Amino acid sequence: MKGPLRPVHRIAVPIKGLIQRFAYVGLVAAAFGLMLLGKADVPLAERIRTQVTDALAPILDVLSRPVATVSDVVDQVRELASLHEENAGLREDKVRLLQWQTVARRLEAENKALRALLNFVPGPEASYVTARVIGDTGGAFAHTLLLNAGFRAGVRKGQAVVTGDGLVGRVAGVGNRSTRVILITDLNSHIPVLVERTRTRAILAGDNSEVLRLIRLPPGAEVSPGDRVVTSGHGDAFPPGLPVGVVASVSDAGIGVQPFVERSRLEYVRVVDFGLRGILQPLFPGIPADGP
Amino acid sequence: MKPSLWHRLDGLARRLTPFALTLVLVVVSVVPLHIPGFARVAPLLPLIAVYHWAIYRPRLLPAFAVFVIGVLQDTLTGTPIGVNALVFIGVYGVVLSQRRFFAGKSFAVVWLGFAVVAAGAALSSWILVSVYNLTLVAPRAVLFQYLMTLGVFPLLAWVFLRWQRAFLESE
Repeated sequence: MKGPLRPVHRIAVPIKGLIQRFAYVGLVAAAFGLMLLGKADVPLAERIRTQVTDALAPILDVLSRPVATVSDVVDQVRELASLHEENAGLREDKVRLLQWQTVARRLEAENKALRALLNFVPGPEASYVTARVIGDTGGAFAHTLLLNAGFRAGVRKGQAVVTGDGLVGRVAGVGNRSTRVILITDLNSHIPVLVERTRTRAILAGDNSEVLRLIRLPPGAEVSPGDRVVTSGHGDAFPPGLPVGVVASVSDAGIGVQPFVERSRLEYVRVVDFGLRGILQPLFPGIPADGP
Repeated sequence: MKPSLWHRLDGLARRLTPFALTLVLVVVSVVPLHIPGFARVAPLLPLIAVYHWAIYRPRLLPAFAVFVIGVLQDTLTGTPIGVNALVFIGVYGVVLSQRRFFAGKSFAVVWLGFAVVAAGAALSSWILVSVYNLTLVAPRAVLFQYLMTLGVFPLLAWVFLRWQRAFLESE
């Protein structure tokens, strides 16, 4: 049987090679096409990302559990070793905090009285969704997290993600059961902030390194290391006053801010709905910005 | 004699493992490890897999599969979709064209080859992401990620070698 097939074979092999080469070039072109598509039509790229993440979320959820357990055990052992020093430190803290408590109580009472005098309109009450971190991704090029709660749990695009320490980032994409968070250290993160001491407005920009940069300061602004940086609430993206970080270095090269949140320790985070509509509104009213 | 259905299914399952293992690596490398500073320089495990299978079993990991792996990597990690797809496809093409060089070479040579190829991959993805975002991405993390990937290579390559000897027919 093999004899008569040979001439066909002789033609078929080069053709097959040619097709393979075309397919290869086609794939390279497709990759470029995807990049351009992502650049031009962000919602579509975002939808693809959301669908894929949503499909893989249950797997990631299961995978991240044993890792979290191991890291908890390691933490506990480490804490046992430093129990004595930590106790002494905590005792000092307690004394200091009791003083602060007195101050806070007094201020709260004063605030209440002043609000009553001024007919102050309080901001909307915040509601929280607590979610587990199931993916810490990105490597050198993007700083994102994946959470195991999504649209069904009430997460919407543009909401702030926080921990007890401070601001983590904002929700960039929402699937039915997963959420992608852009960390404040990501290249694409620009947050309106205030330097708490001087009330100087600025923009806090990430550049894919662990340190944030304070840019767009008004001329003559005075910033010194140790100043706390909090969200300003401008642009209605985040509520004002969320702690973000502390100024670490001031030089000609720029102002570096160390974030309060330590990325590697993130296990549970809170997605906060402050009832703000935010700057991530759809440009055209027909297209929902927060759909899954 | 025709092989039985189970026999064929078994063969198919074995032939799918290079692709499946690489997909698993993409997903596993996303799991948070809670090690300080690790996430930024986490080794690019799928790159190792693409390089390895392109040398030893390219037929079991065709270009299209490499493309799918790259797109999955992009979607999960948040890099612009297409960047890793292009880089992986590029690595695959380069390795395939040099396959004759790698044939029968010692492990050290294969590792050295990976050092060169991965450097090219890191550089091109750095350029691609920088152009995409119209800013220069901090190159330090890229360098450390490259070194980490280089360091993990022998371990993963050893696992793959054992795997292909145990479960895969030679091409």
